[in-house]
Amino acid sequence: MFSIYKKEVKSYFYSPIAYIMIGLFVLIVAIFYFSSNIIGLSSNFSDTIAATSFLLIIIIPILTMRLIAEDRKSGVEVVLLTSPTSIGKIIIGKYLATLTVFLMMTIITIIFPVIMSFFGTVSLAQIISTYLGFVLLGVAFIAIGIFASSLTENQIVAVVISFVILLVMWMVGPIGTYAGGILATVLTWVSLPVKFSNFTSGILDLSDIIYFLSFAGLFIFLTIRMIERRRWSQG
Amino acid sequence: MIEILNLTKKFGQIKAVDNISFTVNKGEVLGFLGPNGAGKTTTMNILTGFISSTEGTVKIDGFDIMDNPKEVKKRIGYMPEQPPLYMDMTVIEYLTFISELKLVDKKSRKKQIDDILKLVRISDIKKRLIKNLSKGYKQRVGFAQTLIGNPEVLILDEPTVGLDPKQIIEIRKLIKLLGQDHTIILSSHILPEVSAICDRVVIIDKGRIVAIDTPENLARGIGPSTSISMKIEGPRMDIEKIIKGIYGVKSIKVKSTGSKEINEFIAETIKDTDIRKPLFFELAKHNFPLLESSTLDASLEDVFLQLTTQEKGVK
Repeated sequence: MFSIYKKEVKSYFYSPIAYIMIGLFVLIVAIFYFSSNIIGLSSNFSDTIAATSFLLIIIIPILTMRLIAEDRKSGVEVVLLTSPTSIGKIIIGKYLATLTVFLMMTIITIIFPVIMSFFGTVSLAQIISTYLGFVLLGVAFIAIGIFASSLTENQIVAVVISFVILLVMWMVGPIGTYAGGILATVLTWVSLPVKFSNFTSGILDLSDIIYFLSFAGLFIFLTIRMIERRRWSQG
Repeated sequence: MIEILNLTKKFGQIKAVDNISFTVNKGEVLGFLGPNGAGKTTTMNILTGFISSTEGTVKIDGFDIMDNPKEVKKRIGYMPEQPPLYMDMTVIEYLTFISELKLVDKKSRKKQIDDILKLVRISDIKKRLIKNLSKGYKQRVGFAQTLIGNPEVLILDEPTVGLDPKQIIEIRKLIKLLGQDHTIILSSHILPEVSAICDRVVIIDKGRIVAIDTPENLARGIGPSTSISMKIEGPRMDIEKIIKGIYGVKSIKVKSTGSKEINEFIAETIKDTDIRKPLFFELAKHNFPLLESSTLDASLEDVFLQLTTQEKGVK
């Protein structure tokens, strides 16, 4: 598992993709930071993170698209699956590699609230809660991305699938609130961003944390099943 | 070492592999021969645990691939038709990665990789990126990959495909060398290759086994007759009459050799009758000198074509 993890992290930084994604994210957070926190004279950094979190529906699919699709296309999958290392460990190794890149990206942005804390009061509890929520959002999104990557051997298709899934999740929350009734309950329940908004407003709910983690667990499990299933059916 | 029993694989309604059974003994090099689409790769994918079978069992060293995949996978090195390489890694990085993946003990890892690099002769390119290597070198890196973890069984899917003649010869040498202390299954549709390297040959067609034997036996055992070619000095008609008179001769063809006195006679005989001795004495009696004689065995090529184009299989 560790060997896969190491290899995947390395290959992120062999190609420009990790640098571009990290750079893009930090840049956009910086722009929001300047416009709302510095020019707008607000000490609420949580809103900035909340506003930039939509970027994840683009960044995560791009980071995860190659994880499984590339191996299938290049034929390396054969070596991975015929090695004594189990499929579960391989998938988790890959998953953790993407998570690492995501965490790097997130940690860099901590610099903004730190700078702000020199000039004003920052609500530490709220920041921590927001970051926890943001990381959990990433945890769940990456699992969706890796699942999408296991569906196809074409990276472009993988990116589109995970983008569409994430976009739909992003949309169902607002749609749910308009719809009202049972539909609203159901739609907001499957909407990850709605859960995330609890964190940004400083509400730490254990059930939300479990919700995100089990969401990630489910999609990792589905990914493993997907690969197993393909071995059983076609080849 | 390898036991395959009633193996069947269906893709939808199509049976890619249809009820095949054979065993491979320890230390044997087995050739897996068949036209394209015969089910060679499918069988190999099942043996290595890459895909599952629909029915039947595969046992390697006594371990069933279904019940004990981890033990089986430890004992197998697999080289698929397309070498499974990470293009943006260097050779040494790639082999180290594979070594970790195959759970090779940390202490012996470096030494094992060094030995393999020497064996397949890629030590001098170990720091180069795989994507910059020539096809022959890529193939060798693929080979090196199968040897990591020191598996007892090597499964090679068309190992020489796409290489130039010199590289083919080198790869064959390597396979022969490895055959000394490994059990090898090797698929190919190149017949001389199989007869040059393999101890035994399995010919499959449309997912079914049509023959299992040594390359020599296959070549000998085919067809209802054998042929002998002879060069004999003397009048053509007389000699033809003499040959026809010998028991076992079915037909004669005559070719001129350029010299008026000497003709080449090709006699087709009933299988398992040796006409050489009686023919020699008969010719000597009539003072016709026999200058040259050779048996024309069917080549593996003939066997292969006959077995895979006929409806009926020959066992």
